Amino acid sequence: MTQKPLTLAEKLWRDHLVVKGENGAPDLLYIDLHLIHEVTSPQAFDGLRLAGRDIRRKDLTIATEDHNTPTADIHLPIAEPTSRAQVQALRDNTAEYGVRIHSLGDKNQGIVHVVGPQLGLTMPGLTIVCGDSHTSTHGAFGSLAMGIGTSEVEHVLATQTLPLKPFKTMAINVEGTLRPGVSAKDIILAVIAKITTGGGQGYVLEYRGSAIRSLSMEGRMTICNMSIEAGARAGMVAPDEVTFEYLKGRPHAPEGADWDAAIEYWKTLKTDDDAVFDAEVFIDADSLDPFVTWGTNPGQGVSLLDSVPDPASYDDPSLRAAAERALEYMDLQPGTKMKDIAVNTVFLGSCTNARIEDLRAAAEIIKGKKKADGIRMMVVPGSQKVRLQAEEEGLDKVFKDFGAEWRFAGCSMCLGMNPDQLGPGERAASTSNRNFEGRQGKGARTHLVSPVVAAATAIRGTLSSPSDLEG
Amino acid sequence: MERISVFTGVAAPLKRSNVDTDQIIPAVYLKRITKTGFEDGLFANWRQDPEFVLNNAPFDKAEVLIAGSDFGTGSSREHAVWALRDFGFKAVFSAKFADIFYGNAGKQGLVAGVISDEATSQIWDAIDANPGLEVKVDLPAQQLSYGDTVVPFEIDEYTKWRLMEGLDDIGITLQNEQAIADYEARRESWKPKTLPAKGV
Repeated sequence: MTQKPLTLAEKLWRDHLVVKGENGAPDLLYIDLHLIHEVTSPQAFDGLRLAGRDIRRKDLTIATEDHNTPTADIHLPIAEPTSRAQVQALRDNTAEYGVRIHSLGDKNQGIVHVVGPQLGLTMPGLTIVCGDSHTSTHGAFGSLAMGIGTSEVEHVLATQTLPLKPFKTMAINVEGTLRPGVSAKDIILAVIAKITTGGGQGYVLEYRGSAIRSLSMEGRMTICNMSIEAGARAGMVAPDEVTFEYLKGRPHAPEGADWDAAIEYWKTLKTDDDAVFDAEVFIDADSLDPFVTWGTNPGQGVSLLDSVPDPASYDDPSLRAAAERALEYMDLQPGTKMKDIAVNTVFLGSCTNARIEDLRAAAEIIKGKKKADGIRMMVVPGSQKVRLQAEEEGLDKVFKDFGAEWRFAGCSMCLGMNPDQLGPGERAASTSNRNFEGRQGKGARTHLVSPVVAAATAIRGTLSSPSDLEG
Repeated sequence: MERISVFTGVAAPLKRSNVDTDQIIPAVYLKRITKTGFEDGLFANWRQDPEFVLNNAPFDKAEVLIAGSDFGTGSSREHAVWALRDFGFKAVFSAKFADIFYGNAGKQGLVAGVISDEATSQIWDAIDANPGLEVKVDLPAQQLSYGDTVVPFEIDEYTKWRLMEGLDDIGITLQNEQAIADYEARRESWKPKTLPAKGV
């Protein structure tokens, strides 16, 4: 008997099917891991309470505090009353329902998408959800991971399942070898610029090819993280030895016979040779430059060697109008070289780029150098554990000697729900994921960059790559 | 949830594409722990401009939003739907919706209907010619109409059925209790559990 060849996403779907939907109804999928944070959960707990329902699987649920938490003076009560109330609501709700929580001050506290992998809870072959669109990060392990809304958070709490319509599948083939100074962040920014912010809508993306295979787990997480910026709810990479090596020995990684059984299954988690994707995209890694955004959505990006585009160069009227609006907001002129754009803030942080390798890469660039005059640089580790690891390696000292602020873990300036915000008109090179209007502060302007571009920019004061520092 | 069938309301044009949920409701408004009262956060940054469409009559009482393509991209915040609903919107139409926003809308009784780019422009023109234009939204027939013009819209069948019946997803899912329990009984033992906590 021959079976229909399947893509990785289709295999994961098949293996989590609880009820096949009929007559237009969605399929019901089982959820293996549910991550919770303070912003999108209070109304879900209220819903449970009102309906008199309990959490079905507390042992598949875990909470941490990240969006509202301050990154300085964390020993003090949270100053802002609404932030404090929201964090307190999470503490009260998790205590009432018996959910594991890692609160501010705990070594496992941090951005929810950094915490899951570091605990070894994120692993191949799972379905993972969280009330946060960057849940796509966890797809780097070969799991089906996606962001959900608050109604869905309540649904998963109550039933440990989610009704979902099958997705289409898209292969993102990245072949070749990245040049020095080019990293995972540049790959994903180039992908989004190519397929646009709506290109992935309705799809699960699978990142494939030699350039993806040669990335570390952290690089793969950076790529999957921004799948949502291409409109895709989930992105994934098939697991391999790199994945298994990363997982082995982590606190919640399987042990003994369970490890062997897991490995045996995980090795089947790849797209069959004859499987057909609904769409395919090709990116040449050999010729890729560092990528940066010039506009107000993540698809508005170019090579750092390029210039700000002219809106008139767009044939599509809505793209043209969007470009005009973006340039006005960003206060940029068409034709300006990207490298001539001066920033006043550099933010190294977020669920996209605040893991230990990101910090190491940036530290290596700035070591022994001084930051440009008038530049503020903020370094916000993705988790407390990343912070502790960085301190063990002396990276904190490198950042502090450079003149950067060394902070505690959280989402921080990526979205400015805590006090870490840009002022009106301020311009940042940011390793985060969204350059939307007002995202990092009202009237603030964001250029999305990789950690090494952030570091080089902090040295020169204008958008720069590490190669600009030579000679 | 309230059942939805046919209703009529003032249509407001939002002549922008790629409206992300950070624009629909900025992050600073997400700190509330209640599920209502988000109307002041709706398009909060844009509403600081006195000329912004929803600041002025008759659009300050609009119930139907006609938006540019790729509406609701970005963050998964369901608050975007709550803010639209709390402001008074019962329906949003666009040529394309981001997946998560679309799903959230269907769970909160906000009709999200897909119309073509051409239809979007035509309705914008009709509103420009006649500000305060009332449009009729007929969910069962999947039609948006004004004057003699009838615009068909798309909505997925299942969401339409749930909106018309006012059904709650959790209630529907719990009818499958046995299937969920059966699935749990055959789940592999290597799969992770958060409890008892390790690595603490």
